[in-house]
Amino acid sequence: MNLLKKIIALALLLSPFLASATEYNQLQQAQSTLTFGYKQMGVPMEGKFGQFAAQLSFDPAKLAGARAHIDVALASIDTGSQDANESIAGKLWFNTRLYPLGSFVSTGIKALGGNRYQITGKLTLKGQTREVSAPVTFKTDGNQGSFDGSFNIKRLDYGIGIGEWTDLDTVADDVQIRFHFTVLAAPASPLSNPLPRKKP
Amino acid sequence: MEDLLKMTARYTTTAIVLHWLIALLIFVLFPLGLYMHGLKLSPAKLHLYSYHKWAGITVLLLAILRLAWRTTHRPPALLMPRWQQTASSAVHALLYLLIMAVPLSGWLMSSAKGVQTVWFGVLPLPDLLDKDKALGLLLGVVHETLNYTLLALVIIHIAAALKHRFIDKDDVLARMLPGKRS
Repeated sequence: MNLLKKIIALALLLSPFLASATEYNQLQQAQSTLTFGYKQMGVPMEGKFGQFAAQLSFDPAKLAGARAHIDVALASIDTGSQDANESIAGKLWFNTRLYPLGSFVSTGIKALGGNRYQITGKLTLKGQTREVSAPVTFKTDGNQGSFDGSFNIKRLDYGIGIGEWTDLDTVADDVQIRFHFTVLAAPASPLSNPLPRKKP
Repeated sequence: MEDLLKMTARYTTTAIVLHWLIALLIFVLFPLGLYMHGLKLSPAKLHLYSYHKWAGITVLLLAILRLAWRTTHRPPALLMPRWQQTASSAVHALLYLLIMAVPLSGWLMSSAKGVQTVWFGVLPLPDLLDKDKALGLLLGVVHETLNYTLLALVIIHIAAALKHRFIDKDDVLARMLPGKRS
């Protein structure tokens, strides 16, 4: 925590134009990615979600008030395989007709030191809610911040890939979810839009 | 001297084993490829695709071994008319080319489609191309075309071998058959 304070103090020294309480809360979807990795027949596969929205508010100086609510349009999935894209919306997988959204709602954020945080929250997919927790790295560049992190889930915990797909030899249970969210700070005052400056 | 002639009248055991192993794999892989392609997505389909890729890479490996063996071991001489020797050499050269080009095109297609080949689920092979949907589809057509070319050549190859066996009644086929040296 001391280190964090030093870093914040340093950041403030380096950015005299930045408002002292900067809340990062505007997701820039074009600069954000939500991807996942899984194994199919022992082969590492990569996929991504094209559409998601987030209500975020994060001020490194006021962690207690930080929160995140992320909704993902599950039908916007690209599994990495054409074949799979055609059946992923079906009942055995996401059943997007009944459960169009996946959501994450934060329940707590704690500092791990430096620019690292641990975010905990509830992940709901296909009507099943489980607690997940992910380490997150937060970086700032002017009034733009970015969150990077990843966490693992087991797809069968959420009933994703049931029926014949319950056989884990074909598609593994473990799915790694990775996120990179770019967020702008709210333009609270003209001063909070800093001039170009050196990166710390 | 007579023994020596008889010895050289056949392919080496290594060449015979490699020939029939590759032949067996091709006879399984070709119909498997056709069958699995038409299946609806299921765990069975994904299993078959993996088996097909593993066996295909095995063919590529055996084909490389075979080519290496062929370049260091002269095959038994062919006693037949000149045009037949020319035709035989041409078909054999193309067969060698295709038993490598067909699995290689499959490997390239897999890379372009973004599904890495992990040999027998254990050994990850490098992706030779970046993921590219259009290229993946194109390589699918290439893989298919090379396969039908291979099929045509295999038919010619078998027909010629049977013609030597049953019409000419010579020992061209016997050179490649397993069994005791006679």
